[in-house]
Amino acid sequence: MAVLLIAEHDNKSLKDATAKAMSAATALGGPVDVLVAGHNAKGVADAAAKLAGASKVLLADDAQYANQLAENMAALVVELAGKYDAVLSPASTSGKNFMPRVAAALDVPQISEIVSVDGPDTFTRPIYAGNAMQQVQVAGGKKVITVRTTTFKAVGTTGSAAVESIGAAKGPGTSEFVRDELSKSERPELAAARVVVSGGRGMQSGDNFHLLEKVADRLKAAVGASRAAVDAGFVPNDYQVGQTGKVVAPELYIAVGISGAIQHLAGMKDSKVIVAINKDEEAPIFQVADYGLVADLFKAVPELEEELKKQGY
Amino acid sequence: MKVLVPIKRVVDYNVKIRVKADQTGVDLANVKMSMNPFDEIGVEEAIRLKEKGVATEIIAVSVGPQEAQETIRTALAMGADRGILVKVAHEVEPLTVAKILAGIAKAEGPQLIILGKQAIDDDSNQTGQMLAQLLGWAQGTFASKVTIEGGKAEVTREVDGGLQTVRLNLPAIVTTDLRLNEPRYASLPNIMKAKKKPIDEKSPSDYGVDPAPRLKVLKVSEPPKRKGGVKVKTVQELVEKLKNEAGVI
Ligand SMILES: Cc1cc2nc3c(=O)[nH]c(=O)nc-3n(C[C@H](O)[C@H](O)[C@H](O)COP(=O)(O)OP(=O)(O)OC[C@H]3O[C@@H](n4cnc5c(N)ncnc54)[C@H](O)[C@@H]3O)c2cc1C
Repeated sequence: MAVLLIAEHDNKSLKDATAKAMSAATALGGPVDVLVAGHNAKGVADAAAKLAGASKVLLADDAQYANQLAENMAALVVELAGKYDAVLSPASTSGKNFMPRVAAALDVPQISEIVSVDGPDTFTRPIYAGNAMQQVQVAGGKKVITVRTTTFKAVGTTGSAAVESIGAAKGPGTSEFVRDELSKSERPELAAARVVVSGGRGMQSGDNFHLLEKVADRLKAAVGASRAAVDAGFVPNDYQVGQTGKVVAPELYIAVGISGAIQHLAGMKDSKVIVAINKDEEAPIFQVADYGLVADLFKAVPELEEELKKQGY
Repeated sequence: MKVLVPIKRVVDYNVKIRVKADQTGVDLANVKMSMNPFDEIGVEEAIRLKEKGVATEIIAVSVGPQEAQETIRTALAMGADRGILVKVAHEVEPLTVAKILAGIAKAEGPQLIILGKQAIDDDSNQTGQMLAQLLGWAQGTFASKVTIEGGKAEVTREVDGGLQTVRLNLPAIVTTDLRLNEPRYASLPNIMKAKKKPIDEKSPSDYGVDPAPRLKVLKVSEPPKRKGGVKVKTVQELVEKLKNEAGVI
């Protein structure tokens, strides 16, 4: 089965999500070609060429792909899709943006956020915020799939695929990029971090997130949040973990002042170890926590930072 | 301009769903149903555009069972002007819904279609984008801000790295994210008024669409359950356990 995997990147670096989605792509049988659509993205293509399992990298380097506008991305992928049996992309906000357009153009259903490849045409995906798992079979036609990358292991970088430059497709010209306002952070990316420290409404203010950042710095962790904390303006939208935010599965997830609504659990319950710090011993978060500490976070979090420091972290 | 707001009737977000014992699906008997929360945000946005004098008419559309009429009534009570119910008794896939909506868009000629970014039952996050492709329109997905000016829509989108703003030719598709607005509650007088607003009933064949599913659901199962763990008494005990028992720090 010939597979086209769309690379996730920011024109400078290839995102780890691509290496994880490659696991899903190779599980389909292969060969797997990787498409890098970007602007001044040769470095990304070179990185993609090293992914184990890549048989070829297609580089479409053009200003119209600089910001991954859905209309232009879809036009390109649809043009290439003829040669492939399956098209895959990470279920990032970028993949979620253009992949359904590709599916509609090819007149096939899209299979969103698969968590496993059960057979060449059979996949499992979460529904109802992960409270049920649906196994679906594709009847025929091309497969258009987005991959929940947290459940796939990143492939290694032992590959040496050739990079082939391809021309841009004619975009419809119906949309234009205006601006980005990206969060800047020295910390690891939320979706890829080994440790995540998240705060909820219990944090009471954006300023108080500094308490969490101090802990995060000691553990080289990313900082996340519940919807309530984002809605209240404590932290930007890209911190949101959950059904409708980011899905994370770190080695360690520390939930502070978060009650544990199903929509939040949907985004973090596959973490290896969960810690909850909450003053309400009845909070539902304790039902999924491996280690629960019933305490006032304004006392416990500084203490945690102090203890980590004492232990040399 | 006309604004179309597609809305879906889904299990209420507060309900803890149960998987059927025979693994054929989720038990929907006697479960509270509501409008998909993201669609409520879409209806609210359309109403605000009307209040600003940008939108002239708001049409709420639902593809679903007869009961989806109640969902349309809710949208009408919030402030939509009329409704269209496309009746399908079974579950419909996003591509099917998109095809039906494309047919309605061609018949009605809206300048803007505002959908929720995802339905909280199937969590697909597809319909708006598919509809945009079928119509050949631009899209602004996961919107946290929408401004209509000079024949264009400027949409600020919530993306993985932060925010991205795009400018779209009209007609266009917008899909809503949580921060776009806070939907209003319908007032009692408006609920009464909504009862008199018209709802057209249609079927997929009116738009030349075959509603049969294309994906075969083999089974629906429970996710693996997490076992609750232990309570620790102190921060020191917590750090000790994370280090020596779990080995994650
Ligand atoms: C359509 C939809 C989509 C959604 N998507 C998401 C999503 O993606 N992600 C998400 O997170 N939510 C999502 N939600 C919202 C979700 O339902 C909850 O409302 C939200 O997760 C609650 O956030 P919280 O736990 O921070 O706040 P709360 O539920 O208010 O909990 C705050 C907690 O902090 C504790 N606390 C307060 N003060 C202290 C203190 N001093 N010390 C210790 N503990 C303290 C309290 O005991 C409480 O348990 C969604 C909702 C809807 C309807």
